[in-house]
Amino acid sequence: MADAGTRPADPQSRRPLSPHLQIYRPMLTMMMSIAHRITGGALYAGTLLLAWWLIAASTDAAAFAKANWFLSSILGRLILFGFTWSLFHHLMGGLRHFLWDAGRGMEHPEREYLAQATWIGGLALTLAVWAAAYAMR
Amino acid sequence: MVELALPKNSRPAPGKTWPRPPGAANVREFRVYRWNPDDDANPRIDTYFVDMSDCGPMVLDALTYIKNKVDPTLTFRRSCREGICGSCAMNIDGTNTLACTKDLAAISGAVKIYPLPHMSVIKDLVPDLTHFYSQHASIEPWLKTVTPRPQGEWLQAPEDRAKLDGLYECILCACCSTSCPSYWWNGDRYLGPAALLQAYRWLIDSRDEAKGERLDNLEDPFRLYRCHTIMNCAKACPKGLNPAKAIAEIKNMMISRQA
Repeated sequence: MADAGTRPADPQSRRPLSPHLQIYRPMLTMMMSIAHRITGGALYAGTLLLAWWLIAASTDAAAFAKANWFLSSILGRLILFGFTWSLFHHLMGGLRHFLWDAGRGMEHPEREYLAQATWIGGLALTLAVWAAAYAMR
Repeated sequence: MVELALPKNSRPAPGKTWPRPPGAANVREFRVYRWNPDDDANPRIDTYFVDMSDCGPMVLDALTYIKNKVDPTLTFRRSCREGICGSCAMNIDGTNTLACTKDLAAISGAVKIYPLPHMSVIKDLVPDLTHFYSQHASIEPWLKTVTPRPQGEWLQAPEDRAKLDGLYECILCACCSTSCPSYWWNGDRYLGPAALLQAYRWLIDSRDEAKGERLDNLEDPFRLYRCHTIMNCAKACPKGLNPAKAIAEIKNMMISRQA
């Protein structure tokens, strides 16, 4: 036994915290949960952008032209694409949570299918909307 | 609180590489988390080599090999070596499981072994489970009744007994709770998957007469509702149980009693 007098501080307070996020293998359902949070946050920014565009449209032609110019620039389109994806990904995640909250689809392998459907569905709907938008131009 | 990075004293440093077994042809590499409470150093990752021709098929066999033949100071909990005691729960190859039932053949490359995640480490692979156990105690895991005691035992119909299947098998190894990000960030107040699965086990027991009281105890923004259906618990459980589903059922009980 080490002499108590030479021991640094209280051993309990020196105990390390074991590694967590750093070492845990990424699980698809966990990744979808994280993506749900991030896209949910991004929707706030997207909604502000939408509000700006609507306010500009109701202000005057100059304000609308400015908003329209930005949103149809390459950067603006990239942001809008991200907004669309966030919206659909979050929507699909919401449907998944709706099923899970009802206690359905929680077993293996259904839960994996639902997690896959979230990202595939979100991406597919985003691409479909943009393809339709470009086709109508 | 969400703290993505480890505190300074908890960041693992590169450790010692122990010698290979001489003359062994079939050698497997193991990288194991070490922390010694008797010195001031940070945790470190030691590298060991195990002669697989002299070692059993499971991760626990390899840990026992290391302790017996390479480094007797390596510290871990183990007892039954057949997945019923829950002592050897740890993070192996990135997921929480029992070392005794984890097949080495199912892991590719070097085998990485850490203690259960986001826990206070007592030594090496031994986490402090005091808080985990007291959370289990807080859900009062015993039969509570108000009607007079029957002459014999409390009877239960076979179909009511069947409702306990998938719940009573829990061995309290803590693999699920310590796989849960919600439990990592809010483990002080969120009960976590293991305690909540146990709570559900008593909530649906046909003999129990304290359902309302049990639900009252769980009706709390943290204790129950920190579950965000991340599903790591159900994927980690070495007994194939589904704590996430049990928690969803408790949430549904909360709603149906309001109706």
